[in-house]
Amino acid sequence: MDYTPYKKAEYYRNRELSWISFDERVLNEARDKSIPLFERLKFLSITSSNLDEFYMVRVASLKDMVHAGYAKPDIAGMTAKEQLSAISEHTHELVQLQYSTYNRSAVPALEHVGLTIISEHEKLTKEQAEYVDAYFEENIYPVLTPMAMDSARPFPLIRNKSLNIGALVRKKDDGLLAKASRKEKKNDSEEKKNKEKELEFATVQVPSGLPRFILLPADAESGQKYCILLEEVIERNIGKLFLSYDVVCAHPYRIMRNADLTIDEDEASDLLKEIQKQLKKRQWGEVIRLEVEEQMDKRLLKLLKTEFAIEEEDLFRIPGPLDLTFLMKMYGLDGFDEYKIPKYTPAAVPALMNDDDIFTNIRKGDILLHHPYMTFDPVVQFVQQAAKDPDVLAIKQTLYRVSGNSPIIAALAQAAENGKQVSVLVELKARFDEENNIVWAKMLEKAGCHVIYGLLGLKTHSKITLVVRKEETGIRRYVHLGTGNYNDSTAKLYTDCGLLTCNAKIGEDATAVFNMLSGYSEPDSWNKLVVAPLWMKDRFLHLIAMEEEHARKGQKAHIIAKMNSLCDRDIIAALYSASAAGVKIDLIVRGICCLKVGIPGISENITVRSIVGNFLEHARIFYFYSNGKEELFMGSADWMPRNLEKRVEIVFPVEDEQIHREVMHILEIQLKDNVKASILQPDGKYVKPDKRGKALINSQGYFCEEAAQRAERPKKEIDERIFIPAESAEE
Amino acid sequence: MQYSTFAAITIDSYDVFLEIFEISKKQGIHSIDKIRHRMELGKDIYTLGKISPVMEEELCRVLADFVRIMEGYKVDDYRAVAVSSIREAENSLFVLGKIRQLTGLHVTVLSNSEQRFLGYKALAAMEENFNKIIEKGTAIIDLDGGSLQISLFDKDALVTTQNIRMGNLRVRERLSGVINETTHYESLVEEFIWNEVTSFKKMYLKDRKIENIILLGDLFTDTVFQNMEEKVTKIISGENFTNWYQKVIRQSPMELAVKLGIPLENASLMYPSVVIYKCLIDMMGAERIWIPGTHLPRGIAYEYAEQNRILKGDHNFENDILMAAKNIGKRYAVNRAHVQNLDMIATAVFDAMKRVHGLGKRERLLLQMAVMLHDVGKYISLNNVAESSYNIIMSNEIIGLSHIEREMIALIAKFNTKRLPSYEELVMESSLSVEQYLLVAQLTAIVRLANALDRSHYQKITAIRASLKERELIMNLTVNRDFTLEQGLCQEKLDFFYEVFSVQPVLKLKRQM
Repeated sequence: MDYTPYKKAEYYRNRELSWISFDERVLNEARDKSIPLFERLKFLSITSSNLDEFYMVRVASLKDMVHAGYAKPDIAGMTAKEQLSAISEHTHELVQLQYSTYNRSAVPALEHVGLTIISEHEKLTKEQAEYVDAYFEENIYPVLTPMAMDSARPFPLIRNKSLNIGALVRKKDDGLLAKASRKEKKNDSEEKKNKEKELEFATVQVPSGLPRFILLPADAESGQKYCILLEEVIERNIGKLFLSYDVVCAHPYRIMRNADLTIDEDEASDLLKEIQKQLKKRQWGEVIRLEVEEQMDKRLLKLLKTEFAIEEEDLFRIPGPLDLTFLMKMYGLDGFDEYKIPKYTPAAVPALMNDDDIFTNIRKGDILLHHPYMTFDPVVQFVQQAAKDPDVLAIKQTLYRVSGNSPIIAALAQAAENGKQVSVLVELKARFDEENNIVWAKMLEKAGCHVIYGLLGLKTHSKITLVVRKEETGIRRYVHLGTGNYNDSTAKLYTDCGLLTCNAKIGEDATAVFNMLSGYSEPDSWNKLVVAPLWMKDRFLHLIAMEEEHARKGQKAHIIAKMNSLCDRDIIAALYSASAAGVKIDLIVRGICCLKVGIPGISENITVRSIVGNFLEHARIFYFYSNGKEELFMGSADWMPRNLEKRVEIVFPVEDEQIHREVMHILEIQLKDNVKASILQPDGKYVKPDKRGKALINSQGYFCEEAAQRAERPKKEIDERIFIPAESAEE
Repeated sequence: MQYSTFAAITIDSYDVFLEIFEISKKQGIHSIDKIRHRMELGKDIYTLGKISPVMEEELCRVLADFVRIMEGYKVDDYRAVAVSSIREAENSLFVLGKIRQLTGLHVTVLSNSEQRFLGYKALAAMEENFNKIIEKGTAIIDLDGGSLQISLFDKDALVTTQNIRMGNLRVRERLSGVINETTHYESLVEEFIWNEVTSFKKMYLKDRKIENIILLGDLFTDTVFQNMEEKVTKIISGENFTNWYQKVIRQSPMELAVKLGIPLENASLMYPSVVIYKCLIDMMGAERIWIPGTHLPRGIAYEYAEQNRILKGDHNFENDILMAAKNIGKRYAVNRAHVQNLDMIATAVFDAMKRVHGLGKRERLLLQMAVMLHDVGKYISLNNVAESSYNIIMSNEIIGLSHIEREMIALIAKFNTKRLPSYEELVMESSLSVEQYLLVAQLTAIVRLANALDRSHYQKITAIRASLKERELIMNLTVNRDFTLEQGLCQEKLDFFYEVFSVQPVLKLKRQM
């Protein structure tokens, strides 16, 4: 189908700006007073870490493009340079909003509920000052490494994302150093003249290993708690670091470096080594953002700008503490439970609430897992039981991001030790997790697992586990397919779906996936799975085109797709074309969405909503009415070029009728969400839906309750079971 | 349920393939894993004449990984074979030795006829309708990297099977130097294979009507064919094939790879493949093209299942082998009545001697083959039948026979009339083992005896009953004519028989009234 008419730049939104809107939506949660205070702190912290990642990856990549003189416009018709300037404008606005939220809303509210953040060390009481000074001497001073710059010492290397205190210092007149240098000087008047020039730059990194904020003794009477940030304590004591100097000024600053990990895979003979090398480099990439305290001394700021070669648009003068991610740690403070949403305990999976082992349960029928509403334990148990089961021959799994101390890794290692054949694909190219993944990979290798380090040129993003079991009737394959990573920690925070099945066709495909990942040829055809990069995009385009065809024939046509990001031009053009033909399209896109709604004659039949809630929406679900066939897929891929063309992704069909109904129910509830959803408007803004006269539906809350109820039901049935003896006892 | 897990490994000219099967009486042969590694060994072989060290290393690495995978499935047994084109590499023995040393795998190189037979066996065993299909004129086109095998069937019987060294990889490599000089690659391929194809037509097709063509062998074209119809199908019409061919031939390999979702290497091999198919389909005018999607590993698994008595197919494969021999005999104008008479005598002797020689079904088949072909050499020279027969047999493909089996048959034919040399003398020009030499001697003794008993070619013996009594083979012969000539001239053969078996044949005649 020719989609050229739908590919005009004006029909697309720039992905970076769309991403900034997403961060704004997260920030909106931090500003929503109906949300408990400590939850709001969490959202504020997330906006900050999000922005860091955005800079390190996206902005860095755009900078690279500018350096390389790459002038090709993006799908929205913007060159890299134009994008950078728009990004700067929007992020400056975002940061202003962030800090206005922090200063005007979070800090006063915290104080109101009993926690005062002392913003400047000058505001400490005498007792508090003594306390922090002692704390400094005992805990902080030993780990600090002050560094200075002068003609003999070059500007020190400042680590990416580290928080630092920069200072301008001058040798003390009566100090030994000053005296020594004076001896060498011939002319006193020249010395005076150069006094200004004698200011030296010194810097000290705020140790990342220490807690970012220090709790001070609470007020005995009121019970009010106080805390101060680590950098303020250091700043207060900075004189102790430069004894022979006078500290003229000292201010925190933070830099962001280009962290885009671009590996020339054709030339990398050993991928592992190459990534390790790149990791080292990441510390020292070009500086792409400088954050400084708003009140920073002009001389110090000028020096930093020069040394880091920072343009004004990449400079952020921050009206508050730099790096708000400490708020996430603050969330963990004891004693504020009433200002937090009660911790949700994932519910048990009804199909597994019996005494049978997981394999027996899977044989009874496919099992849907909906995390974090349902527990992630079955996935861990799936691997753990396989590791111990004498009938299991092999376990194969893809690992993209795993938790620290992952029970899955431990089970895999145990399985290898138990003589099972364990093949693990560890994706070394999982951004920011490379270092972590190398450690796991080596550990698994040591345990006897066959570790595959990804495919050259393609990131393996698919989430699949295969257990091969030798049973009475022959080999049977058990497969777990998921939309999220095998990470038991994030599974409590990310909403994902998983399917446990022993469908022979899927098992066959799963085997083929692992053969392919091991470097063998792909199969001639797939039974059920849709695998990127070779087959997925075409399949989706075909499914969309079929809906269009049905609409053109006057038949019912409907697409519902839920994903994290939508920015593939071909897919969007196909959606426009389908919409123009009358296909009803409902999209649930959490993050980036380059599609514009409401373009007359083009996207009037498309709705886009983004759900930002307590859990991170992460599942990818795709529904096509298909003339009544109602095809439903779930998987690991977003509709982004990188997922469809540069990654190994798996999307799988949901064919079991019951599970089909359950997944449709998930989509339906999300489409009804009027609390956590925001609706994309033709002008690119997201607004909350009109709730007037409607029952409030918070989809995440709804699923929590529903999962708890479902888990309760089978339990009740067991509790209520009465055993009736066949004969009376007397008889 | 009792089942065996079996692994079949094939080393082909364009890939190395491992397939794991579960085999049970109840469910038959069930494939559970397929692993393919693309490496064009054929490219080395057809251009350098040998397998390069780089390829050798890669091959060993892949096979070692296959061993690991096989261990993972805890396979009960395996068979690893290299297809016949690997034999063309001058260092093939070294490579096989290295594989054995580094992976522990014992790889045998199939003869072309063995290889084709396995593929054919898989087809016949797996397809319920096979016997019905071959009732009508049918050609099996089995195309691989190195060569093309055409087998013709008519009225449920194999008419002929011929090998033409025009495999897709071989053709691609041979034409790679001139490909950029033409815009009509298909014409180039057609011209390149035309001579062989027309010779085949002249010799074997004549007035034969071929209604069905079965495509077998390469591992990708069948999938592409199957996917070209909206629904997966095994049978397409000749007309549909032509339409599809027109579409395919106009696209570049890159376009094909993208559109069909296949690797680029496969797409580049599809060109010569489709042109070869097209030439043959046009030449034969077939109405239906059948793509069963059956490959060599399945044949290997089937043979394993058959040998281990897990499965028994409906189709009589021995009969196919005999038919192939019979057709060769026919081409070289052997005396059919004489051969039939000999077959009766020789098999009766073989069966009666079972306690002494301990030989089985396969050897009995070889004996029958030797009987059928023992004097094909007369077609060339009446004075030098032994050598001529030997040469004819050695240069004819006989489906289902290994190289060594074919050589044994040729030697039996040769020593039917010539002195059997000592083992030491024979190994100067043959690769027979001592056991194989002994088998040749035993079967030669039986053929010689049988041949002597129809010396006049009058088929005087109309019935035979043979039985073993201690050291004597009592042969009760019913004859319909005077038997003096045979009796008078057979002593030398009886002596040779005694020399080989230490059993004395005793002839007891009964004149038919």
